[in-house]
Amino acid sequence: MKAKHQRLILALAALVALVGAGLLAASALKDEAAYFYAPNDVRTKGVEPGKAVRLGGMVVKNSLKRAADGVTIRFDVTDGKATVPATFSGIAPDLFKEGSGVVAEGSFDAKGTFVATNLLAKHDERYMPRELEGMNYNESTHEMKAER
Amino acid sequence: MHRFANPARFLKIARPLTGWLFWPGLLLLLAGSACGLFVTPADYLQGQTVRILYIHVPAAWLGMGGWSGIAIAALMQLVWKHPLAAVAGRAIAAPGALFTAICLMTGSIWGRPTWGTWWEWDGRMTSMLVLFFLYLGYIALGNASARQAQQGGVSNVTAIFGLVGAINIPIINRSVVWWNSLHQGPSITLRGSSIDGSLLWPLGLTLLGFTLLFGAIVLMRMRAILAQNKVEARMQRLARG
Repeated sequence: MKAKHQRLILALAALVALVGAGLLAASALKDEAAYFYAPNDVRTKGVEPGKAVRLGGMVVKNSLKRAADGVTIRFDVTDGKATVPATFSGIAPDLFKEGSGVVAEGSFDAKGTFVATNLLAKHDERYMPRELEGMNYNESTHEMKAER
Repeated sequence: MHRFANPARFLKIARPLTGWLFWPGLLLLLAGSACGLFVTPADYLQGQTVRILYIHVPAAWLGMGGWSGIAIAALMQLVWKHPLAAVAGRAIAAPGALFTAICLMTGSIWGRPTWGTWWEWDGRMTSMLVLFFLYLGYIALGNASARQAQQGGVSNVTAIFGLVGAINIPIINRSVVWWNSLHQGPSITLRGSSIDGSLLWPLGLTLLGFTLLFGAIVLMRMRAILAQNKVEARMQRLARG
């Protein structure tokens, strides 16, 4: 065996071990490295009240309500499998609206309502001009169809 | 590949190729940027800030592509002992770090109006920042161990560092899929693009333009390193008398 081949095998073996280690570490991190909890994670794993977490999902349409004090808003966050009620007092980002993504920082109270201290708008992977707004988007084919 | 091990033969091709990459790259980049700024429509949700995409995406691609280049060069250096691979690794590091920094900065500028924050420690942003630090480490290690290196390239230790650091590349790529992240998922996949065609086409121009420019910068830096070698060799000969 030539020295060149020996080095190649050694380098490839090291590379395989490295990628394996990286993937193992990444899969072990899977939950810990998540930036936020989805409502379904909250339901299945449970988050203790008072623990500082982030909650991410879509704002349910027609769930956004403004309280009498004018600065507190209530809305429901869903990931399609579970829905969690949330409240927030303060100024929401411009992109925060019903039917779009949100990441809220805060904690759950004893009744299971998420009390947010900060709101971030989550943008999805769709980019389109204004003329196409309101059209239906097919996730698997990436096609736009006019709403009927 | 060993045909190009001879610097003279490499330079004969690299010298004209630099211009052939640089000028079309610059032209495509300017054309793409102008179209992205003035021709394409604004996004339905993000408005005008969507235009940062034409810089941000090529910068991200070259930041990651640069390290992939470093890893390939490292493999060629360690296994085949290709004399130009070490030089290529050193040449790629600085522009790679630059584009990674551009990616982080443009992303931050975009994040403020879109998400409502300059910076968040989510998987995509953190792994990209790690890539930037890897570049700095690679450059520092390459400079610190320059004496063990041959021909103005990087040392073998630095090459091993470059190879090990490549593990971060698939992590950056998959970070938005593996973990819940604030950064959106991939828009352009093998199945198609969720960026509407009317917004997408200048991205092709800037992507190609930046890539050609990156190639030109790497060739220029390789030529500069090889020229420096020649100077040093001549000085040593003069010193010996």
